[in-house]
Amino acid sequence: MRTLALALAASLAIFPAIAQEDSSRIKEVTSPGGIVAWFVEEPSIPIVTVQVEFDGGARLDEKGKEGAVNLASGLIEEGAGDMDNQEFAAKLDDLSSSIGFSAGRDGFSISVSSLSENIDETMDLLHVALTETLFTDEAIERVREQVLSNLRSQENDAQAQASRHWYAEVFGDSSYAVPVTGTTESVKALTRDDLLEAWGRMVAKARMKIGVVGDIDAETLAALLDETFGDLPEGEALDLTPVSVRETGGLVVIEEDVPQSAVVLGHRGILRDDPDYIPAYVMNYVLGGGGLTSRLTDEVREKNGLAYSVYSYLYPLDRAGLYMGGVATANARVAKSLELIQQEWARMATGGLTQEELEAAKTYLTGSFALRFDSNAKITSFLVGAQSANLPIDYIDTRNGLVEAVTLEDIKRVAERLLKPDDLFVVVVGKPEGMESADSLMEGIDG
Amino acid sequence: MKRLASTLLAAFAVMTTPAFAEPVVSDFTLDNGMRAVVIEDHRAPVVTHMVWYRVGSADEPPGKTGIAHYLEHLMFKGTDKIAPGQFSKIIAANGGQDNAFTSRDYTAYFQRIAKDRLGLVMGMEADRMRNVNIRQEDIVAERDVVIEERNSRTDNNPGGRFREQYMAALYLNHAYGIPVIGWREEIESLDRDDALEMYERFYAPNNAILIVAGDVNPDEVKALAEEHYGVIEPVDLPESVRATEPPHLAARRLEMSDPRVAQPRIWRGYIAPSYVTDEGNKAEALSLLSDILSGGTTRRLPKMLTLDTDLALYAGAYYSGMARDMGEFAFYAAPKGDTTLPELEGALDWMIADLLENGVTEEELARAKKSAIASEIFAQDSQSAMARQYGAALTIGIELDEIKSWRDRLEAVTVDDVMAAARDVLVPERSVTGYLMKAESKEGADG
Repeated sequence: MRTLALALAASLAIFPAIAQEDSSRIKEVTSPGGIVAWFVEEPSIPIVTVQVEFDGGARLDEKGKEGAVNLASGLIEEGAGDMDNQEFAAKLDDLSSSIGFSAGRDGFSISVSSLSENIDETMDLLHVALTETLFTDEAIERVREQVLSNLRSQENDAQAQASRHWYAEVFGDSSYAVPVTGTTESVKALTRDDLLEAWGRMVAKARMKIGVVGDIDAETLAALLDETFGDLPEGEALDLTPVSVRETGGLVVIEEDVPQSAVVLGHRGILRDDPDYIPAYVMNYVLGGGGLTSRLTDEVREKNGLAYSVYSYLYPLDRAGLYMGGVATANARVAKSLELIQQEWARMATGGLTQEELEAAKTYLTGSFALRFDSNAKITSFLVGAQSANLPIDYIDTRNGLVEAVTLEDIKRVAERLLKPDDLFVVVVGKPEGMESADSLMEGIDG
Repeated sequence: MKRLASTLLAAFAVMTTPAFAEPVVSDFTLDNGMRAVVIEDHRAPVVTHMVWYRVGSADEPPGKTGIAHYLEHLMFKGTDKIAPGQFSKIIAANGGQDNAFTSRDYTAYFQRIAKDRLGLVMGMEADRMRNVNIRQEDIVAERDVVIEERNSRTDNNPGGRFREQYMAALYLNHAYGIPVIGWREEIESLDRDDALEMYERFYAPNNAILIVAGDVNPDEVKALAEEHYGVIEPVDLPESVRATEPPHLAARRLEMSDPRVAQPRIWRGYIAPSYVTDEGNKAEALSLLSDILSGGTTRRLPKMLTLDTDLALYAGAYYSGMARDMGEFAFYAAPKGDTTLPELEGALDWMIADLLENGVTEEELARAKKSAIASEIFAQDSQSAMARQYGAALTIGIELDEIKSWRDRLEAVTVDDVMAAARDVLVPERSVTGYLMKAESKEGADG
């Protein structure tokens, strides 16, 4: 049985021959009016996908008006110009197009898909939606009710509860402390003026990133960019001053009558532009990023059958880096699962990776990179994500080289720097046995 | 603005259906009876490789619910050649991703990987078709993993438990009423022999369908399939022992209350013909009917229940017709504000009565057809979704020529066909109506 594994390892040497989506296909299109989009022409299916991201998102919410950006984003399909929401929806329907939107912690994002024959009219509709959004009282109340219903559901969802408490405790005063949706209290209090004001902050050319993939040529696209986005307000650059992240560990247990506890844990991480980001990413793949192949999965799931899902991930927000993890497990087995997770956190912090683990991580991360580019929708989303992260347009060519260059020493340095098992702040929602809130995880488990 | 309105009006008047680019699909059958379908997609140098077995939760012996899904988990434990726990690690070390899923009619395994690794994953999948090695020590831990999966998906969430009760009530005798993951009480006693019995009976080339989608040449795929799968001996497949569903003569009602219900809701369902059981065009007609009722905010249910009457937060209908033995047509809605579930049910009943009495319009039908055809074009963007669509169809017994002629059959559906199908299915005494309600907690009752 070992022989097969070895034969496979030997064949990996030729692996980098894989032809990626290469940067020569990614074009930067600049419209006559100066609007920039990253673009890949892909004529094989008669569709065009467009993604627009306005950096900022829910962190632009003012204190006490949390949820304004999220609620305002929901109004984009609720009527614009001389169309009420039914007329707007009927026109999209006639075109077989869709306009989706979502507000996140650091951005407000719009996704458009259209048949290529209808892309002009679809972008025309997007233009109206962005520049002449109606904000009628009726639409505001309708979307508000939907948001409040979501919030009610989250209040009864152990996973959402754990996440909400974690962010509240870890971010204290900053806007990252409150969920993107806001709170029931803040959403109920939002006025039409609050939403108009939020909209004014959200939609700004200075913070706009555009990705386009599909059956359209660069010249047609350039003209469309001006027609769609040319008259948006310029806006201001974002405040990128770091916000403070809780520095001490701890355990919070929130009692809920469910058979399985939800656990959210984590501590400080790093920002996306940190020089250690790629080594950290490689390290985390082995710790808890690699699905069925990670150390956390091996220990918690495969060897002990404690959970269906256990994971860790780097979460680089614009103004704070986080190193997060989570598990969901039966109430009787939470303490054991957390002990194992903390143990793995510590083992990596002091021991780093073996050469074999590093090589396996590299072959996975470089080999699977191409899987991120097998659909127009995925490529579009990469084009926008790369711009938001300030990556160069040829990143697609250089990224695998960055991964290949990571050494065991890099991993060791980064593991020591980032992983702080004693600083883990843990929120458990459920009825975990033998655990209570405490100033540290171990104290809470022993007590 | 003005230009937009007139263009759109013109487009509406014509109601053209979009140009349809056919996916490039071919097929072959190996001498041992294994079917194969190749879907070409040359946009990225990657491939999706899937093997589908014609066995799902509806084929489980009495008392062994969940065994099909549990076996799916155990298939990752290794073979005579692959060391325990190494299957997914070898795929990952080759830059690939793998997973599997179980449904009522099928169990499917897949890998997404660079195209030059197709032979490798075929070899591994062919190996575990007959040579899986399940060690006694993996049995208990993996069963615990499945129970945690059940906790996450179902037991922690009253909506999940309600859905299970509804399905159990919808089917009087057929195993479609059993949850795919199994009833908890039965999962707890599943063992190695149960899994191996299922495996030996159903995992064979003449009960499997191979789907390869991606940047491949059909001749090369055939050569590889012959090399890896062609050498496996077929087995005598057991006769299908599925139960038949007796006539439904009595409307059934369910009520479930739970303190963790955040949003009450109503569910109403009926058994319907499926794409497999239907001999005419009822399945296509029902699919169009579901679009007429709820394919967007302009359609009947959202428009009447959320906009015009303001009774519901959301409302919709769906037709689930991709099943071997029978389909399902269902309605759902969540009450808004002071609306009670009986009031909402009354409105739903009124809508159904109105539909049966006054029918649907030509315009509604034309819109629904157009939207279905556009969805098929957009669906081509996702290689793995295309692979799944073809895999599911073939596994339940839909042939390639039927998929090819789908558009013609859809276009041929008339208003009379839709109404005949609606009258056939929406019969009160065959219905199941469920209320999911919030139970007052003890504190609430005392206060």
